[in-house]
Amino acid sequence: MPNPLEAAARATPAPLARRVRGLSDRAIAWIFVAPTILLLLAINIFPLIWTVRLSFTNYAANRPNREVEWVGLRNYSRILTDDGIWANMQTTAHFLVWTILLQVVLGFTLAWLINRKFRGNDLLTTLIVLPMMLSPAVVGNFWTFLYQPQIGLVNYAVELVTGIPASSFSMLGPGGLAKWSIIIVDTWMWTPFVMLICLAGLRSIPDYIYEAAEVDRASKWRQFWTITVPMVLPFLMLAVLFRGIENFKMFDMVVLLTGGGPGNETLLASIDLKREAFEKWRTGYSSAYAIILFVTVFGLASIYVKALNKVKER
Amino acid sequence: MKRTTLAASAAVALAWASQANAQANELTLCWAAWDPANALVELSKDFEAQSGIRMKFEFVPWPNFADRILNELNSGGQLCDLLIGDSQWIGGAAENGWYVKLNDFFDAEGISMDDFAPATVYAYSTWPKGTPNYYALPAMGDANGWFYRKDWFNRDDIKAAYKEATGQDLREPQSQKELLQIAQFFQGREIDGKTVYGASIFTERGSEGITMGATGALYAWGFKYENTPGSYDMEGAVNSPEAVEALEFYKELYKTATPPGYDNAYMEQSLDAFKSGQVAMAMNWFAFFPGLYADPNTGGDKIDFFVNPPQNVAASTLGGQGISVVANTDNMDGALAYIKWFAQPDVQKKWWAAGGYSCHKAVLEDPNFVNTAPFAGDFLQAMAGVQDFWQEPAYAQLLLAMQARLHNYIVADQGTAKEALDGLIADWTEIFQDEGKL
Repeated sequence: MPNPLEAAARATPAPLARRVRGLSDRAIAWIFVAPTILLLLAINIFPLIWTVRLSFTNYAANRPNREVEWVGLRNYSRILTDDGIWANMQTTAHFLVWTILLQVVLGFTLAWLINRKFRGNDLLTTLIVLPMMLSPAVVGNFWTFLYQPQIGLVNYAVELVTGIPASSFSMLGPGGLAKWSIIIVDTWMWTPFVMLICLAGLRSIPDYIYEAAEVDRASKWRQFWTITVPMVLPFLMLAVLFRGIENFKMFDMVVLLTGGGPGNETLLASIDLKREAFEKWRTGYSSAYAIILFVTVFGLASIYVKALNKVKER
Repeated sequence: MKRTTLAASAAVALAWASQANAQANELTLCWAAWDPANALVELSKDFEAQSGIRMKFEFVPWPNFADRILNELNSGGQLCDLLIGDSQWIGGAAENGWYVKLNDFFDAEGISMDDFAPATVYAYSTWPKGTPNYYALPAMGDANGWFYRKDWFNRDDIKAAYKEATGQDLREPQSQKELLQIAQFFQGREIDGKTVYGASIFTERGSEGITMGATGALYAWGFKYENTPGSYDMEGAVNSPEAVEALEFYKELYKTATPPGYDNAYMEQSLDAFKSGQVAMAMNWFAFFPGLYADPNTGGDKIDFFVNPPQNVAASTLGGQGISVVANTDNMDGALAYIKWFAQPDVQKKWWAAGGYSCHKAVLEDPNFVNTAPFAGDFLQAMAGVQDFWQEPAYAQLLLAMQARLHNYIVADQGTAKEALDGLIADWTEIFQDEGKL
């Protein structure tokens, strides 16, 4: 019986066969991936290059009739010497550091507690992860009510515990509480996410390692520090990376809670960037701002991923 | 097979033609989502009946109104054929070619701007300001005014307590300082077993709230944007001693006479505070006054209205809008027909009766006008002394700079009033330099 491939090759007209035979495996691979690469170039790389170009101009998207001037590094120098922008960066860093710290500590603790077998474990896990399933818009709105000084549960609880009158302070108003209030909400919403990743890490540790440690009479404390923590660390670092990138671009929830206020107290860099780009319409300036933020995130994320890989290799 | 293809082609062509025809016979009017917009929907039914053109409406909540519509205009979208856009947009809209210049159309149709209140023509229609270049028909007159709990003000026990506390009679405030005194009197007072507060004012950070509220005080103290109009010479005007005093006043009003947690409040919050019986007085746009008067709980006999009290001068913050034809409409004839219909005195009278604020002299100069609503006289008084924010093409930058400076000082307790206004001049100077105007 003739080989079907040979039969097909024989049946192929000679000119076409020559052309097909002329394509290497690599060429065929390129043909398959080219549409995806072109799409990526069109929707990711081209806008990035265009943004870099705009960042050296005074272009304003709402002023199509105005002459676009090349302003060199003026946008960059204005941004980097603007005290307000540095204050926003500090606010962003404050938000980032505290949310990640709290979410890691609480998320890991919850995962560690829930990793035991007990009745209602599944139900409890479902309840804990509920906040992260909500829309940030919904979360922002209902926490605004919870923080309301006259009818809000939070102020009422504080009054109950401390005796400080509920309507005498505002969690989202002046007095320095607003920047902590947004941290509390983000932690409430995203700790379950960190918990789930940690839980995956904890459940990936084979039982025999603990059994071997038991045989060697290692204490629970020692097992925790020499087995649990090192083996969960790559998972934890991944969670930190995800949360870090997400919170660096945090926008919706904070806008709904405080609008960046009081004053500029909770004005995160992403909120400020949106105002510059789509409310003030300083397109050139905001392009430079976006590039600076992009380089910052990209640089920090690259360093972090290298560290993560080293931890994985150990 | 051929017959099937032919039938399918005919069906597609028919659908396309009917859709094109439908587009030619419908108009989309864009505006903010608020009480007067609902009145306009009802009013426009007359236009639909007369013209055969179907009206569609796109109403956007106020906090997102500028964002949504300016993005639409920027991107060359065709959502709106007609737009009732905010007065501050007119400079940018005229210079960027978003609005149709209406002079030739007005001349051809005999529509005269002399038939409309001069302040509204100046604010809502002209660019450059005050020149006879019209980009809108004054559609909705508005200003920031005040309302109060008349039933509380009339109670003997409260009047006596006020007299005892201040030595004066409790009445509608005749000055900004009297307003503060009354608000402070009510702050934290028990009325019918409930703690109430002085006043709800605008403190919102995100869009325009705190600027619209604070300028009510600034204008009353005599605030000016420039020493000489058109010169962009702001030093000594924006940060004058009167402006500093006005800003300090507004901060004191916020700190000592508003409900707790009232640090990011605009129109809705002001209405809620009043309707829920929390405050004795509230500021808001006249546009809401018909709805407030009709409110079953706090309207009717329980409410009354007053114009923004003067301090050094009588002045109010301008609201309101003109109606413009969007330049890239695909139904220009229909849009112009709507403007022509809306400009008629009879339609303007119906507009006022329906709850809209007409700017037409046939309505405002009617001898019976002040008797048509309890706030009609106040509206006339307010419109006689309105002042508006910059209407420059860069107004959004100018506005957001003021929002940040005012909120930082008034709500977040940062720096002094003088520092806030000095900082504002620095911000505005940079913006005007970028604009090539300084």
